[in-house]
Amino acid sequence: MGSGGMIVMDEDDCMVNIAKFYLDFTQDESCGKCTPCRIGTKRMYEILDKITIGEGTMEDITKLRNLGKMIKDSALCGLGQTAPNPVLSTLEYFYDEYLAHIQDKRCPAGACKALAKYKIDADKCIGCTACARVCPVNCIEGKPKQKHVIDAEKCIACGACYTACKFDAVIRP
Amino acid sequence: MKMLNIKINNLDLQVPEGTTILDATKQVNIKIPTLCHLNLHEFGIVNQTASCRVCMVEVEGRPALVPSCSEICTDGMVIRTDNIRSITARRMAVELLLSNHPYDCLVCAKNLECDLQALAQELGIREIRFKGEKMNYPKDTSSFSLVKDPNKCVMCRRCETMCNDIQTCGILSAVNRGFDVFVGPAFNLDMVDTSCTYCGQCVAVCPTAALTEVNNTDKVWDMLNDPKKHVVVQVAPAVRVAIGELFDMPAGTISTGKMVSSLRGLGFDAIFDTDFGADLTIMEEASELIHRIQNGGRLPMLTSCCPAWVKFFEHQFPDLLDIPSTCKSPQIMLGAIIKTYYAEKMNMNPDDIVVVSVMPCLAKKAEAARPELTKDENSNVDIVITTRELGLMLKEAAVDYAGLPESDFDSILGESTGASVIFGTTGGVIEAAVRTAYEWITNETLEKVEFEQLRGFEGIREGHVQIGDLNLRIGIAHGLGNARTLLEEIQAGTSHYDAIEIMACPGGCIGGGGQPYHHGDMEIIKKRQAAIYQEDRNKVLRKSHENPYIKKLYDDFLGKPNSHKAHELLHTHYVPKEKI
Repeated sequence: MGSGGMIVMDEDDCMVNIAKFYLDFTQDESCGKCTPCRIGTKRMYEILDKITIGEGTMEDITKLRNLGKMIKDSALCGLGQTAPNPVLSTLEYFYDEYLAHIQDKRCPAGACKALAKYKIDADKCIGCTACARVCPVNCIEGKPKQKHVIDAEKCIACGACYTACKFDAVIRP
Repeated sequence: MKMLNIKINNLDLQVPEGTTILDATKQVNIKIPTLCHLNLHEFGIVNQTASCRVCMVEVEGRPALVPSCSEICTDGMVIRTDNIRSITARRMAVELLLSNHPYDCLVCAKNLECDLQALAQELGIREIRFKGEKMNYPKDTSSFSLVKDPNKCVMCRRCETMCNDIQTCGILSAVNRGFDVFVGPAFNLDMVDTSCTYCGQCVAVCPTAALTEVNNTDKVWDMLNDPKKHVVVQVAPAVRVAIGELFDMPAGTISTGKMVSSLRGLGFDAIFDTDFGADLTIMEEASELIHRIQNGGRLPMLTSCCPAWVKFFEHQFPDLLDIPSTCKSPQIMLGAIIKTYYAEKMNMNPDDIVVVSVMPCLAKKAEAARPELTKDENSNVDIVITTRELGLMLKEAAVDYAGLPESDFDSILGESTGASVIFGTTGGVIEAAVRTAYEWITNETLEKVEFEQLRGFEGIREGHVQIGDLNLRIGIAHGLGNARTLLEEIQAGTSHYDAIEIMACPGGCIGGGGQPYHHGDMEIIKKRQAAIYQEDRNKVLRKSHENPYIKKLYDDFLGKPNSHKAHELLHTHYVPKEKI
């Protein structure tokens, strides 16, 4: 991941989101002296942000690749020159995740909140109310021992119900 | 010198050791685009931050591209400037800059003078692919002289180089970091709250409109259209050798006559010459110098014509305020004479007279607003515009400048000598003073009026002039960094000069912040200087005290140089200011 270090992640980590996280870090660390790092990484971050909220297009992938190449080639110091690496390597090895975000408007890892649509599997739900009790916005309705339902309008996709459910009844997209 | 063999785009060539790739490419007529790069070798002005990344090229064996402006050639280097990798990177750097730049080119103060705009045109950019957040900072319009618009800053840091390295004022530097970075004063102070001298050199080198002059042309139009006002204009010496450039005339064209005609065409009621004020300055300054030498006054005496320099020593050397001459600058002297002597002659109320100055300078705008330089609540000079602003007014008024006939300044404050013309260049003020001082001290006629030892472009120059028994030791500095060196010598007590001339701008007023943009071309400033000396040679009278109207002014009105009345009208005092 950019610096050459190795990070172990599982299927709950969205690679687009991780790339975005790295660029956010680069943005914080950038001194602002040279154009590619100052403006280029900002534009890459903005494109990734667009993709993670489901507004990305296939053209954005081309832009990311071009920007990444140019920034690697042109940035003044090591920070800028390595900044695009997380994007370029996730594009290479996790291209399908980018495609899922852009074409299916879906985050396979469920990490991109804007794309997450939680549902309750009626067959698995036993009505224990654990999900409803942890929901911070009270969008899960259902009486004890009855099937529960998530109000998609109110849901903020925090994932609390997903973690709380012991019966795998909460489905993440 | 050791020569290196290099290869650029398959062309073999030899370059001296130490050459940058950019300079090497010029030898083989390859023009690599640049933005932040600025190189005025002879003035020692070099901006080599390599921050814009617009001049990237490929060097064999290097993993990344290199900036050609700062990369030094090595023996056997193989360079490619025309491959798709370099071209794409250069183009994308400009696109990125544009993506964070306002798109108001049509109404921008730098429209058609902007280096970024020229670059976009040169690289054929027709679309800005990258869109996103842009800088959004308020404009700083706090000063009388310059406007700072951080949103147009491309972080080339040229202004910083001028402000810190050349002028040693240290006002401008990078504020914040990352995407939020912009160039401005520390703590994001308003310019007016800093020790900025308003020399305007940051404006002279800014590639975009991040730094521009305060535009006073509307005020001038308003005054010209006010039937109750008698609008008088005066034009500084350096304007006549530069304004032609705004109308496609070659650099160094002297267009005094056309300039006067153009001003008459705009509707000014009287067109006077700041040169007259310069002659007057010499009368006062030379008298003051002789007085100081003969009466054991404080030496060296420093000239005080340059308002940026005046503000510089008030902020930086408040302990040395007794050293500079007390003379007002030529524009203010002439303003004072217009509001008194001329008003009296014309039987007018000074309140009805509006004095407009056309200056090569931004500091003159702030100078005119100095409280010390007003008389009875009445400014000596009301509105100051720069050479560029006059150019704008003339274009707006649809004046065919090149086709105008020649005409003369108006009497009684329009006559001038060659000595006053050379006020526009470094070394000129002191040369003019010496011409007069020589004759006054020796009572002999000075045959050879040109003092070559005082001329040139070196930052600090020393010249000795033998006047009778007196060996006058003269120091000359242009650029405030050089001025600082001389002042520190005075502070340390090691200065051996009798008189020092200082001009804030490199080259003197010809290189002022209000002049047509030189876009990094030293030759333009050299040609302007040659034109100034030519204009001096064109004059019949070349010593200030020979100006018949100056003599008349003293006979009719002022009495003698340094008289009580002269002091009241033509001299000023300095105020210690805080160093921020």
